[in-house]
Amino acid sequence: MTDERDARGHHHHHDHDHDAHAPIEVGASEYEIMALAMRELLIEKGYVTAAEIRSALEYMDSRTPSLGAKVIAKAWSDPAYKKRLLENAPAACKEVGVDVTPAHLVVVENTPATHNVIVCTLCSCYPRSLLGLPPDWYKSKAYRSRVVIEPRKVLKEFGTELPGDITLRVHDSNADLRYIVLPLRPKGTEGWGEEKLASIVTRDCLVGVTLPVV
Amino acid sequence: MTAMFKVGDKVTVKRTHPPGHRRTPFYIRGKAGIVERIAGNFANPEELAYGFDGEPRRRLYRVRFMQTEIWPRYDGPAQDTLDLEVFEHWLEPA
Repeated sequence: MTDERDARGHHHHHDHDHDAHAPIEVGASEYEIMALAMRELLIEKGYVTAAEIRSALEYMDSRTPSLGAKVIAKAWSDPAYKKRLLENAPAACKEVGVDVTPAHLVVVENTPATHNVIVCTLCSCYPRSLLGLPPDWYKSKAYRSRVVIEPRKVLKEFGTELPGDITLRVHDSNADLRYIVLPLRPKGTEGWGEEKLASIVTRDCLVGVTLPVV
Repeated sequence: MTAMFKVGDKVTVKRTHPPGHRRTPFYIRGKAGIVERIAGNFANPEELAYGFDGEPRRRLYRVRFMQTEIWPRYDGPAQDTLDLEVFEHWLEPA
């Protein structure tokens, strides 16, 4: 092993690779350059302002799965609210202060006999207004292609094993509707307030790849 | 204009392969399912994709298919389903 000090006195051992972490920033891809060029043109021609783009990004960043969890916790606590949520999800979300427009949101309900899971096979459509940006796996070709053809195997990889007598419904949000799963309220949550209930409703439960755990 | 199909109707997705932007995935073309709901009228994505206004709007259905109908070798239970959205001009009575 060679051992030397550089100008700042740091030891360098030259028998290993210097790749401790991935680069923080890599050069822009062709698509990123095209997107930047498009953005500059739209601003230059006066269609949008830089401030409007920034504020749209800020809005997206403010969306997190806690909004979805809040809606589900209320549905678990209030049967009349649950009914409204299943009949007209955008209006029911608005009741608790969550604006999901312009998405045409549909809530699909898990029952003791039925489990639901959502996907977008064409791209990455996702109930962003309630869950924020989708995780990378949701956008992966592997998830998008496999969850329609072998959904039970995919769920098992997420740790969710469904008994054979449960009906599994896959929802492909390939056009204008967006879906969110209303999981079954788990046993052991009797008497819980909405805030505590919301704490067990995770993003993955709302996509339908897992179940809430007490 | 009245809807060509109602909830519960059996429909077949056209098996056709026109070029261009389509929202009907290849895997569902030629398959038969049941209308689960009429989702409403939406701007036609096949026009929107090319900078047109998407008018006239097209009626969109949510159709439920049995997994065993879509994938002959589906190895899950026979009752499993897949729901997706299909525009009226892609559907035929089954």
